[in-house]
Amino acid sequence: MAVKPYKLALVGLSAVGLAAVAACGEAPSDSGDDNADASFLACMVTDSGGVDDKSFNESSWNGMLAAEEENDDIKVDFKESSSETDYDPNLQSSVDDGCNFIVGVGGLMTENVNAIATANPDVSFATVDGFSEVENVYSIQFDTAQSAFLAGYVAAAQTQTGTVATWGGLQIPPVTIFMDGFARGIAKHNEDKGTDVQLLGWDVEAQEGTFINGFESATDGKSQSDTFIEQGADIIFPVAGPAGIGALTAAAEDDAVTAIWVDTDGYESTDYGSEIITSAEKGLANAVKDSVLAAYDAAQGGDAVTGSYIGTLENGGVSLAPFHDFEDDVSDETKAEIDALTQQIIDGTLVVESPASPTAG
Amino acid sequence: MSTDTATPPAEQPDAAENPPPRPGFTQLFGRYLIEANSVMVTVYSLLLAFLIGAVLLIVSDENVRSTYTYFFARPQDALTSSWILVRDSYLALFEGAILNLNTLERFQAGTAEFGDLLRPISETLLNATPLIFTGLAVGLAFRAGLFNIGAQGQLIFGMLGALAVGFSLNLPAVVHLPLAIVAGALAGAAFGAIPGVLKATTGAHEVISSIMLNNIAFFFLVWAIGTGFFHSETKSELVTKPVDESATLPTLLGWLGAGLRVNLALIVGLAAAVFTWWLLSRSTFGFRIRAVGFNAHASATAGMHVGRTYASTMAFAGGLAGLAGAALSLGVGSSGVTTNTALEYGFDGITVALLGRARPGGIVAAALLFGALKAGALSAQPDVPVDISTLLQAIIVLFIAAPALVKAILHLRTPRGGMVTLEAKGW
Repeated sequence: MAVKPYKLALVGLSAVGLAAVAACGEAPSDSGDDNADASFLACMVTDSGGVDDKSFNESSWNGMLAAEEENDDIKVDFKESSSETDYDPNLQSSVDDGCNFIVGVGGLMTENVNAIATANPDVSFATVDGFSEVENVYSIQFDTAQSAFLAGYVAAAQTQTGTVATWGGLQIPPVTIFMDGFARGIAKHNEDKGTDVQLLGWDVEAQEGTFINGFESATDGKSQSDTFIEQGADIIFPVAGPAGIGALTAAAEDDAVTAIWVDTDGYESTDYGSEIITSAEKGLANAVKDSVLAAYDAAQGGDAVTGSYIGTLENGGVSLAPFHDFEDDVSDETKAEIDALTQQIIDGTLVVESPASPTAG
Repeated sequence: MSTDTATPPAEQPDAAENPPPRPGFTQLFGRYLIEANSVMVTVYSLLLAFLIGAVLLIVSDENVRSTYTYFFARPQDALTSSWILVRDSYLALFEGAILNLNTLERFQAGTAEFGDLLRPISETLLNATPLIFTGLAVGLAFRAGLFNIGAQGQLIFGMLGALAVGFSLNLPAVVHLPLAIVAGALAGAAFGAIPGVLKATTGAHEVISSIMLNNIAFFFLVWAIGTGFFHSETKSELVTKPVDESATLPTLLGWLGAGLRVNLALIVGLAAAVFTWWLLSRSTFGFRIRAVGFNAHASATAGMHVGRTYASTMAFAGGLAGLAGAALSLGVGSSGVTTNTALEYGFDGITVALLGRARPGGIVAAALLFGALKAGALSAQPDVPVDISTLLQAIIVLFIAAPALVKAILHLRTPRGGMVTLEAKGW
């Protein structure tokens, strides 16, 4: 029987494929898995978006990895949720997998974490962006209004047109808290320096503003930013994770327009460093890492981790990122004022109010 | 895979005089296996999908991939690690969807309850439930020659309808729960009727209008959750009030273990499948649906109201998708509904209907398969990438939708009745 052409093609294809991947490299000697025989298993259950969302899931996971890096006796794992209906099975199977410490990312998961923590008092839990009163749940929250306040103050000092803008992904507390802080920072500048800088996109008294209904679409983010630029804004503060990139592309197209980033230092984490004056940082990775190490320490004494953490300017959990390319543009006067305001917030003489501020335990 | 094993006896016109020996069962069965009939195409599609899935698992695993870089130095590394990866991955899917072997061991050792053994099955059934409804919603419309891509939007409206009744009325469970379910069905039906009515009155294509209505439904959901009527009183996130206890779907196996979440909606789903079967094959309305789907012009000539059939079929399909929404919002328990609750169940309904060949029994089977894949993938992560379930579903449907491809790859024979393809009317 003649060899059929398709069979030949198959053989050819597999040969090419094999050659492509099969270099004649040396076989390695036994390489051990990372912390393969660690005694402490820390697991993370993501919110929707997945572990590589370039946003809070990813930051939290980086914190887990940092903890694994730091302590050889810790191994980390994660489970992704595609919606809130996945929270319960993911938390339950993490318990079944024998995880010693389980981090639930996202305020919406708090109730689910509470329920399973009550049922499993020997296991340590943590909830990110949510507050829990359950004994063995460690609450990780951030008063990002503080860092956003400083960002707002900088924006008010830097604007040429007297108009700045912000927009959010969804109207949820972890987003609006940034917008509240930003608005109050601008108001503070107006009050102290007699300026009249206008903010588009968020009314702090009415708690109403502009949202693009999602965290994914940079296209929506760009068109929203373009709208604000047409209305005269020259500094944009997007609070929408990856969709915020749209504001950076809009800023890149217009020489007069710049942006302020959220969550991470945008100079490092995005490709648009030259457009970013500064960033209102939220030290998620460090906080998660610390919680894993704390849970590990507690487990060595046979206990579950307790307590809570609120990231503030004081403990470095939130901060204003360096100015990088804008180091020379921001006046020394403004820098001094920022330092003074930071000190006042740390001292407690200045309180940045937001309805979304974390409730202390 | 070789096709030259059994040469069938040629059909002889004068068979009466010289009857050929009747083929035995094994021979018939063997011939059936290498034929591109609908059953075998489905079986081979599944097998091929798992085969391609295995290749992708190997390619996407960094550790296994690295063993291929020294393939010629030590090939057994690459082969063993590939085999172990594929075996463990599919075993993990099985354990998450059907039976967890670890739990079985613990059960035999007396450290696990019987209910713990049933948890994977319960998760499979729970995940399959909305798919049964949306699969029926797409499949029913399909039989009328309509391509209902709007199941997602209909589901969202069903979710909101059931939710509104679920938390705003104060009634005993006996009345409250059925009322909330009916409200979900009606809301879905009302929204589903729109593309049907548009097609009947203006000729607007239902594919276009139902796709657009999906977006309208989603943004309506985002807006609705934010309103004072729906928004949670205790949480500031974008989440609705939870439904009352009296409108919550009771679990079926809750008495065996707290983690068994499969609920009454499954029974409703199976009942809906039986009803849809009856409707299609035994009722006058169903006859009209099939007649219009087979040939709208002939049906019109025969005196049937084609437009009215389109509108009522779409309303009916919308009602089925609305039930999926009710199953979600009345089943999530205390947490309330977010913009994420609907996931992609409406769109997955299209693939379920395709795999089930638009027949109620097939749709239930397909929904169970996809439910199992989802449950398995969720519990098997992170060792197995969670996207594997979506990927397998996509490949399966790709093959099902293109039986000629399966036939060509495996060199199957053309069955006597010709190839089975789904009726492509209305696409």
